[in-house]
Amino acid sequence: MRRPMPPLAELALVRTKEFVREPEAVFWVLVFPLILAVGLGLAFRSRPPDRIPVAVAEGPGAGAAAAALSRSPALAVSTLSPGDGREALRTGRIALLVEPGPPPTYRLDPTRPDARAARLEVDDALQRAAGRTDPLRPREEPVTEPGARYIDFLLPGLLGLNLMGTGMWGLGFTVVTARTKKLLKRLVATPMRKRDYLLALVLARLVFLVAEVTALVGFGWLAFGVAVRGPFVALALAILAGTFAFAGLGLLVAARARTVEGVSGLMNVVMLPMWLLSGTFFSYERFPEAARPWIRLLPLTALNDALRAVMTEGHGLGGVLPELVLLCVWAAVSFGLALRLFRWS
Amino acid sequence: MPYHPPVREAAIRCRGLRKSYGDVRAVDGLDLEVARGECFGLLGPNGAGKTTTIEILEGLTGADGGEVEVLGSTWHDGGSRLRERLGISLQETQLAEKLTVEETLLLFRSFYPQGRDPEEVVAALSLGEKRHARVGKLSGGQRQRLAVACALVGDPELLFLDEPTTGLDPQSRRELWAVVERFKASGGTVLLTTHYMEEAERLCDRVAIVDHGRVIALGTPDELVARLHAPHVLEFQTDPPLPPSLLRSLPGVAEEHVNGSSTALAVRSLAETVPALLASADAAGARLVSLATHRATLEDLFVALTGRHLRDA
Repeated sequence: MRRPMPPLAELALVRTKEFVREPEAVFWVLVFPLILAVGLGLAFRSRPPDRIPVAVAEGPGAGAAAAALSRSPALAVSTLSPGDGREALRTGRIALLVEPGPPPTYRLDPTRPDARAARLEVDDALQRAAGRTDPLRPREEPVTEPGARYIDFLLPGLLGLNLMGTGMWGLGFTVVTARTKKLLKRLVATPMRKRDYLLALVLARLVFLVAEVTALVGFGWLAFGVAVRGPFVALALAILAGTFAFAGLGLLVAARARTVEGVSGLMNVVMLPMWLLSGTFFSYERFPEAARPWIRLLPLTALNDALRAVMTEGHGLGGVLPELVLLCVWAAVSFGLALRLFRWS
Repeated sequence: MPYHPPVREAAIRCRGLRKSYGDVRAVDGLDLEVARGECFGLLGPNGAGKTTTIEILEGLTGADGGEVEVLGSTWHDGGSRLRERLGISLQETQLAEKLTVEETLLLFRSFYPQGRDPEEVVAALSLGEKRHARVGKLSGGQRQRLAVACALVGDPELLFLDEPTTGLDPQSRRELWAVVERFKASGGTVLLTTHYMEEAERLCDRVAIVDHGRVIALGTPDELVARLHAPHVLEFQTDPPLPPSLLRSLPGVAEEHVNGSSTALAVRSLAETVPALLASADAAGARLVSLATHRATLEDLFVALTGRHLRDA
């Protein structure tokens, strides 16, 4: 048998082994985020813009109007009886119904965004068919630059979300299970230093972190061409700071819970607001301006902002320093509080 | 063999220990003194306060009142230096199931600045064949041996064992007893809780019988049993059974219990009662089917002290 290493190293090693021997945990940390990325990537893949469905009501002049509209690449045109046309409009299957004139009538619900786009396209097509000439002929330059797509926005957010989830659930469940089995009590009956136990949990996280991050970033790069434009050092430091912050929060949430149900509830209370607010799936700029400074204080917001700044916008360490400092403060405060509040039996 | 209390300093000393959980007084003014090199047993039914007491002594639970001194220091000033000198096996410790025996022992060994070679501990507890087995795959006896191995790997001066053999088969129980006896032979002090008479009588130099959070009797197993007015038990069956009034009139009978067809008499002296019993059976025309005698046990003492049996109290 080998000689024992220092307690912190033994604790971290043991935790790593326990994790690797738990197939479900490996699934949640490594496979699940990939499935999520594939699913969202497919849903939001780049494709030609949708044609807006519009219809022409049957009657005199309907054929000419339909022919004129069909020339527009932005419209999908059908011809319906007036009754069916109104029904289709009412149920949202078409965005606009043209009742041929003269003058023609456009029926639409102006509160629907695609109805207004449809009105512009339909009017444009009919006016031109009626002989309007355009004094200006602007050039169009389509933007498909990498970095501006939804997946470019989404992937750093998913990485942040995954770091939060695995950090908090991983540590929270480990701690509460060890507590219910009285393993914590057995450990504090030894001369083990309590902070070594908690630190080892955080350190063991780092081992899987490399695999977790490589899987997500590598997948994003290979499958969707999401590149890391900033320096890798900045990315690594942002990920480290985020990991420590969520490991600390995970320990804090699990500091006193006695049951897995109890800790699950608390985890959800802590994480759900960040799922919604922290700009993972959509930008938090959509929230009222007064709320944004508070949202920016949340650890997931800081992590997402830092990851996007490095990956998408190509910022270096200097550009994400405030976020990194904020994450380190979260880590230090939550770890300190957790150590103080921790219930060992 | 008469017991001579060791003159060395006390390993454990506690006075007026009190601990309540809500309205329940788990420990209610308990005094205890365990000498170095002694194996001391806390004997009592479930809920008597044994585990609460031992966990207060282990520094895992705070007492509401009273004084505790372990190996010459209190938990207040002892801290982790004190822990280095103790080995602890909790009641039903569940060690991490995904780790192997060897990994578990290395982990516990790493916590102690000085300790025993894990290799040697594995051998001493006959876990050699299982060293690469996961804890989750071990039998109850093997798990319990591993729990004791984790307590011994720091080379403690004082070993706390909370119900070390509860739920084990007789074979595993004897194996564990041998381990405790070896530890004692090497000069170690042991405090154990149990509700097995046999265990207390075999391992313990002294026993405290605990009930409702207090010590109700204290002494060597022999001394305690000798305190009974009737230290012998006479069990027999006759056909037809003898009437209780006749039994009570026999010389030296303190108590009689009828269990179905068999009768147990607590008696002062076998020499006094057995001939009288045989004569009365003969006179009544009853045939003796069986006759057995044994010395009263701690169990009998507990019944005599509390009127309840240990297991169902």
